[in-house]
Amino acid sequence: MSTAALERLAGLLPPERLLRRPAELAAYESDGLTAFRTRPLAVALPETEEEVVALVRHCLEWKMPFVARGSGTSLSGGSLPIAGGLVIALNRLNRILKLDPRQRTAVVQPGVVNTQVTQAARPFGLHYAPDPSSQSICTIGGNVAFNSGGAHCLKYGMTSNHVLGIKAVLATGEIVSWGGQSRENTGPDWCGLFTGNEGLFGIALEITLQLLPLAECFHTVLAGYRTLEEAGDAVSAVIASGLLPGAIEIMDALALEAAQAAVHAGYPEGCEAVLIVELEGPREVVAFERGKLDAILEASHPVEIRPARDAEERLAIWKGRKSAFSAVGRLSPDFIVQDGVVPRRRLGEALRRIAEMSGETGIRVANVFHAGDGNLHPLILFDGRESGALHRAEELAGRILKMCVAMGGSITGEHGIGVEKREFLGEMFTSDEIDCMQRLRSAHDPFGIANPGKMFPGKGAPALSHVGLHPLEKAGLISRE
Amino acid sequence: MMTPATLSELREAVLSAPRVLAVGAETKPRLSAVGAEKISTRNLRGILEYEAAEFTFTALAGTPLSEVVSTLAEQGQYLPFDPMLVDAGSTLGGMVASGLSGPGRYRYGGVRDFILGVRFVDGRGRLMRLGGKVVKNAAGFDVPKFLVGSLGRFGAIGEVTFKVFPAPESRLTLKIPATEDTIAKVGNSRWAPDALDLLPGGEWLLVRLAGPGPALEGLAGEILNQFPGEIIGNTIWDDLREFRWATGSGLLVKTAITPDRVFEFPAAHVSCGGNVAYSSALPLTGLTLRGDAPLWIGGRNRFALEAAVKHALDPEGRFPTLDD
Repeated sequence: MSTAALERLAGLLPPERLLRRPAELAAYESDGLTAFRTRPLAVALPETEEEVVALVRHCLEWKMPFVARGSGTSLSGGSLPIAGGLVIALNRLNRILKLDPRQRTAVVQPGVVNTQVTQAARPFGLHYAPDPSSQSICTIGGNVAFNSGGAHCLKYGMTSNHVLGIKAVLATGEIVSWGGQSRENTGPDWCGLFTGNEGLFGIALEITLQLLPLAECFHTVLAGYRTLEEAGDAVSAVIASGLLPGAIEIMDALALEAAQAAVHAGYPEGCEAVLIVELEGPREVVAFERGKLDAILEASHPVEIRPARDAEERLAIWKGRKSAFSAVGRLSPDFIVQDGVVPRRRLGEALRRIAEMSGETGIRVANVFHAGDGNLHPLILFDGRESGALHRAEELAGRILKMCVAMGGSITGEHGIGVEKREFLGEMFTSDEIDCMQRLRSAHDPFGIANPGKMFPGKGAPALSHVGLHPLEKAGLISRE
Repeated sequence: MMTPATLSELREAVLSAPRVLAVGAETKPRLSAVGAEKISTRNLRGILEYEAAEFTFTALAGTPLSEVVSTLAEQGQYLPFDPMLVDAGSTLGGMVASGLSGPGRYRYGGVRDFILGVRFVDGRGRLMRLGGKVVKNAAGFDVPKFLVGSLGRFGAIGEVTFKVFPAPESRLTLKIPATEDTIAKVGNSRWAPDALDLLPGGEWLLVRLAGPGPALEGLAGEILNQFPGEIIGNTIWDDLREFRWATGSGLLVKTAITPDRVFEFPAAHVSCGGNVAYSSALPLTGLTLRGDAPLWIGGRNRFALEAAVKHALDPEGRFPTLDD
């Protein structure tokens, strides 16, 4: 990087908001995919949209690669820095610019944390639906970049389904603005294309989100089963009944063991699997559907059925579920969170095959998954201090992903491709299709300066090293999903 | 007019003329009223895969929506956004290209929210599949969403995969006097309305409830205690779906709005809780679906990116542009 470029960069922000010293940069070297780390040239901490635009235009002028970053919770290495590049940390753009309770929309800056939107909306009886497990720390900008999911996607979709408008600065320096307060639009769905771009198009500056009325009533049931298969059959029965639960989740024995140790969730003893099903809606509707669900679950040979009797018990069930990933850190010094999708009817088969692979390789795998979506999250446990352990874990992760594609599914349900899965893009897409996506990328970023080295297979593999849990994870501040 | 019956024939059709545009049943004829060789999808039809337990189906673009709707209904499922112009013969591909959703969009989202994957032919004749076939997928750019509302200007849609939902056990429709306040109150209520539309004329608000029958009666009673009105038959939604109210000039214009602007469109069918107006009299802005008016009334936002994306997908300009 030329001295001139750095000097000009230094002119854009006060010195305390342009981090250059190694000690300052260390916190930004990695994200939720802790096996990778790269030291950036500098980290910029803009406070205004104008500063973000100026930084992007500076990067364009000097062909300096940049990575936009929120809280760095990406599990696919999406916010991994680029050596010699700039990290644009957006946490200080953290204002909710507008909240319109009548139209049920919020306009937010990219650094606003996911749960802050719901907190701001709650006094009006509203909430923001997408709920990734890291929601207490991950930012809306990151959610938009990776089209984040959560536990309630079956009924309410992913981030993209809740984005009504986007103002963004593209890697061409152009400022674009699509959609807005209306839930409808005319013309191509530019917001839809931008959401999930993995930081390869540019940086969202303002995002208009749809808010939904809080459901009046919930019925959350936890059911324990002797086998994973029985839990899977229960899911099929719920789906076949015509009910549309807000969430259907399963945790296997190893994940349960971890969650139990971490949050004392009080799961039923002696179960190989726990199923969580949640209904929601007006109380009259839930009262009716509840009878139907309870009958289905009782007929599904559970060890125990435990409905949440009040809001507190419901929260406890979800706390156990959402802490499961980080809790696995208690079982193993390191782990990889996978994110494959299979057709729902093949869930049982997929889990059997994962268990077989785990047996063959001697690598422990815990499973936590969004059963309603067929979205698996195998947690592959390893000890990075053992020579070759990370490599073996990654190999197993790769075999699982290939299995998902072979079953007609996807290599990612909600974490994105990032650095982690870019070598698998070709498993899902032909060279024409990858070329098409690359052309779309170039339309937004002709010089390849926005988050290069992510999503697409190929050059510039980042350094792979063993680093253990994320410091925030160790502190219990974040959890993975 | 070319009438490909397979995806490879669709590909050949795209490459057969310097300027082409795929059309379905042309129920929104203004969208395709441009100088281009038309490729009809009428023979490119059929549901290829339907797994009720997966909540997904895949079908060729020319499949009539009526076939989709009835096939799903046999399994107790539906497209929750209420596809429009079903009786008129609209096709699945036409629905995607026009981006036209119905009243049910209000609760769970529109065409964009239920499309999962697409196979399409780009301007260079490459047949590609983007998106996926499972209900959840975050791999690659979301081109399927982009093609919703793209009017066939970036590629010819050959096949689509959609997410579906179990259909509610029953529906109940209430008709209450329309005010801006009522729209907000019902919309923000505990009743979780399934659709919230204003009848042309602007006097009446339709509230549709969906779910288990006995529960709906209780909810309806509570709503009618707060607002004067009555329970009416559900067939009114069929009339709205087919735009049967829009007689006369033949003009039909879609305008994305917000609920505070509802009463600027007194003659329109205002759907989706006041978020979209379908007008048969010329509005100040909007997209003309049929009738004699510019495609984009009152212009539209344009960014340099649009030309770059057009170039990426259609470098030789084989498809018309959004402005043609």
